[in-house]
Amino acid sequence: MNGTPVIEAKNLCIDYKLGKHWINAVRDVSLTIQPLEMHGLVGESGSGKSTLALALMRYMAKNARISSGEILLDGENLLAKSEAEMRKIWGRYLSLVPQDPLAALNPSYTIGNQIAEITQLHQGLSWRESLRRAVEMLGRVKIADPEAVARKYPHQLSGGMQQRVTIAMALSTQPRLLVLDEPTTALDVTTQAVILDLFRELIRDNNAAALYVTHDLGVIAQMCDRVTVLYAGEVMASGTVETLYKNPVHPYTTGLLASIPRSIPGVETRLPTVEGVAPSLAERPSGCVFAPRCPAAIDICRAQKPTLDEFTPGRMVKCHRWPEIVSGELKLEFGSAGQPIPGAPPDDTQYVLTTDNLSKRFGRQTLWTRLTGDDSQFVQAVDDVSIRVRARSTLGLVGESGSGKTTLARCIVGLDTADNGEIVLLEAAIPNELAQRPQPVLRELQMIFQNPNDTLNPYLTVGQALERTIRRLDSSRTTWGAIQARITELLDAVRLTAEYANRYPAELSGGEKQRIAIARAFAANPALIVADEPTSSLDVSVQAVILNLLKDLRAKEGASYLFISHDLRAVSYLADWLVVMYLGQIVEEGDTSHVYGFPSHPYTEALISSVPPPDPTVKTGLIRLEGDIPSAAHIPSGCRFHTRCPRKIGAICEEQEPPWRDAGGDHRIRCHIPIDELITLQTGAPAPVPAEEGQ
Amino acid sequence: MFRYILRRFFLLIITMLITSAIIFALTQIIPGDVARLILGRDASEEQLQKLRADFGLDVPAPQQYANWLMGFVKGDWGRSFTGGNQQVRPLVLDRLGNSMRLALMTMVISVPLSVLLGVLAALYENTWIDSLISLVSLSVVGLPEFVTGLVLINGIALGVRGLGLPATSVVPQADLGDWIRQLILPAMTATFVLLGYVSRLTRAGVLDELKKPYVRTAVLKGLPGRVVIFKHVLRNALLPTITVIAISFGWLIGGLVVIESVYNYPGLGALLVDAVKQKNLFLLQAIVMVTIFFFAVANLIADVLYALLNPRIRLE
Repeated sequence: MNGTPVIEAKNLCIDYKLGKHWINAVRDVSLTIQPLEMHGLVGESGSGKSTLALALMRYMAKNARISSGEILLDGENLLAKSEAEMRKIWGRYLSLVPQDPLAALNPSYTIGNQIAEITQLHQGLSWRESLRRAVEMLGRVKIADPEAVARKYPHQLSGGMQQRVTIAMALSTQPRLLVLDEPTTALDVTTQAVILDLFRELIRDNNAAALYVTHDLGVIAQMCDRVTVLYAGEVMASGTVETLYKNPVHPYTTGLLASIPRSIPGVETRLPTVEGVAPSLAERPSGCVFAPRCPAAIDICRAQKPTLDEFTPGRMVKCHRWPEIVSGELKLEFGSAGQPIPGAPPDDTQYVLTTDNLSKRFGRQTLWTRLTGDDSQFVQAVDDVSIRVRARSTLGLVGESGSGKTTLARCIVGLDTADNGEIVLLEAAIPNELAQRPQPVLRELQMIFQNPNDTLNPYLTVGQALERTIRRLDSSRTTWGAIQARITELLDAVRLTAEYANRYPAELSGGEKQRIAIARAFAANPALIVADEPTSSLDVSVQAVILNLLKDLRAKEGASYLFISHDLRAVSYLADWLVVMYLGQIVEEGDTSHVYGFPSHPYTEALISSVPPPDPTVKTGLIRLEGDIPSAAHIPSGCRFHTRCPRKIGAICEEQEPPWRDAGGDHRIRCHIPIDELITLQTGAPAPVPAEEGQ
Repeated sequence: MFRYILRRFFLLIITMLITSAIIFALTQIIPGDVARLILGRDASEEQLQKLRADFGLDVPAPQQYANWLMGFVKGDWGRSFTGGNQQVRPLVLDRLGNSMRLALMTMVISVPLSVLLGVLAALYENTWIDSLISLVSLSVVGLPEFVTGLVLINGIALGVRGLGLPATSVVPQADLGDWIRQLILPAMTATFVLLGYVSRLTRAGVLDELKKPYVRTAVLKGLPGRVVIFKHVLRNALLPTITVIAISFGWLIGGLVVIESVYNYPGLGALLVDAVKQKNLFLLQAIVMVTIFFFAVANLIADVLYALLNPRIRLE
């Protein structure tokens, strides 16, 4: 790498105005991106990574300013440019691929119009010519029918398609630098994998450099050449992806990498965690910003700011103790990492919950549909699903969005009413309708929701919220003293001090709120807790803490979980039993290690293959699912998965429902391909050969 | 989209039916015997009976309502009790014409002005420009129309020769210039009433939209500021404003009672007041029906426009 960098930030400081004061959000950041380089910028929420990324494009919120530093684009100082000069650079040399593509597109204009205005503006093409170019660009991002898509409005496209559109937009000129701001965070893993391939290909083809902003270390490992780690607005470390992942050096980087959940079959161990929470911008520690959470912090770390040192060529680290870490004198220990978790193993003979042929469909029955028997208006969200949750175990439920996993969970806890089928809790059938369920049933079934911000009443303190649950569901505790004692006990169980009882939700961080939600769910000693994506809105380091906590509590309280997640890593860490759903149906179930091994259903195979491993030396699997999950209103005939299946064997997949095949040890796969053939296919061939039609 | 409009139209008919029933019921409640009111104290019982029969008031109320409704639909809106018992319909339609001219004139002045002020206030949020616009538009809303009206008359009309002095009647064959001169002051007074609402709503709409990520996308495309605002932001920000503007059109047709009396302008509002005072049943009912009709149609147009401008609804 030599010559002029595409973009170079020197000692950049960005301030935010909070009330009447300017608060330093990004502090003294230097960053260089060479031509053709894909640079990763990783950090947790609040680390200032998006602020920094947009500032590199010289785009700032109204209440933000660059207080010092320089930004050079191809050697030219961007900060010296006027607003009008920037407009000639934006969209032409600097392009953004935004996080939430639906919000980032204007709802009132067609896709074609929104792409065409860029080329019209920067290349001086006529409107008609620009529209033609827009269609061409949509073809380049591999949209099947670009002319039709160009005439559509953003809300008519799926998330993956919307993101392709924003890429087409960003690349419709020949940008020098692309800023990708968490472009796949909102997408399913399967879609993410396809989009990431597309990025890689197009960015290289376009000779552009890119800054990839994300919190996902797996994505960085697979996509980037170099990476910068940001914490509390400061650069903690930077270097090539290969060396940084292999030898992280900085305690924060080490902790982040270690806290990514991975399952070690057969052993119940705790994940390494970075304890505590990131400091708020207003009250950053005077010494090293990471010192309060650092397991290796000593007096000098709290007193004095470390400098960003280049300890080997190309590797920077901001830590007082790097010489000891590099030499191997200092070993970093994170939380209670690796400790086994005591507790009885899952009970194979008893089931906490079973569902028998549970079905749920949405849609309104009208006179018209009744008369004509037209059921195209209906959405079959859950179709004939039977699951069994063993005592003291975790059932992991995975599938893309639209697979019906959340509807199944809502039917179980009664938030939706199943149309057909039976739910059996602790060996007794319970009514499908919530209103008919007796009090003890409500107590035994609790739920933890995805977004802790929306589940706590903002006007109740933590103590009041817990008290309400205890009063309502726990008849054994009626006196004030007993209830207060229980609140303290519950807070202690989720590792919060008793003082938290007096706090309001607004005074808690996301991870703390989720802990309160967990404490609330445990308040009534339930038999089963349904957790719907409880960690997906949390940062990696916080996620590890919550996963550990859930595992501890399961051992201690003897509860079982139904754990729903699209994050296969989190699921495989926590679950003993995996159920894979596709379009409202189970396609595979079995022991977690079995499902992860061979054979597996082609859908499961694709899901696992799509997860980017957080290790640059391990490549992402090669199996991709093209297209989007079909609408549950128009379920494909035969095998539901045949429209996207990379291992489709022929007409039989389209015509006949696949049989359940036994893969041994209760592991079942619903597929037309016999088990031994699946094993050969999945272990033998390095890449799947597209299935031939009509064998 | 066609089904959407059809359903809205159906709803409009129902609205009209319900309001007609309410209006009829209300006129039954107003105290005082119409016949005695018209003929005076000294009228004999015989004369009263004759008059009641004459106007169809001698049958039970439900039948009166049915007769009136049938007649109204056919175009026979009844006769006025005063002024030589003339037909109600031409009288109302004549006044309606005047009201519509005033309403249109008001729209022409107020919509661009208040949208512009709203956009300016939003773009210069929390600066002195924003404060000034808020202050002015809210204070003119706060002032009653007779105050702003009289100020305008004294301040402007008396100073500028030939400008819309209070008219005793509208000259029927006046040319466009005359019309504008006659309408400008009442229209300005009505504008003051609308200005605050519409500009505040526009300001809120624009501020809401400016926060959305698609605006950032537009800016980062390198588009000039005016394209970002006029093409991208306003298109979405004005959606709620359109509804309010349409509804205020209904108000301009039938609700300008005070303005019409300050300027002595012969519109529907002034006629309505007379009709109430005289308990002029058929006239009153006709005016209210016409007003309601315009309200409902304005609403329908607003809904259709909203759907047309919003692909998320149009393409459902």
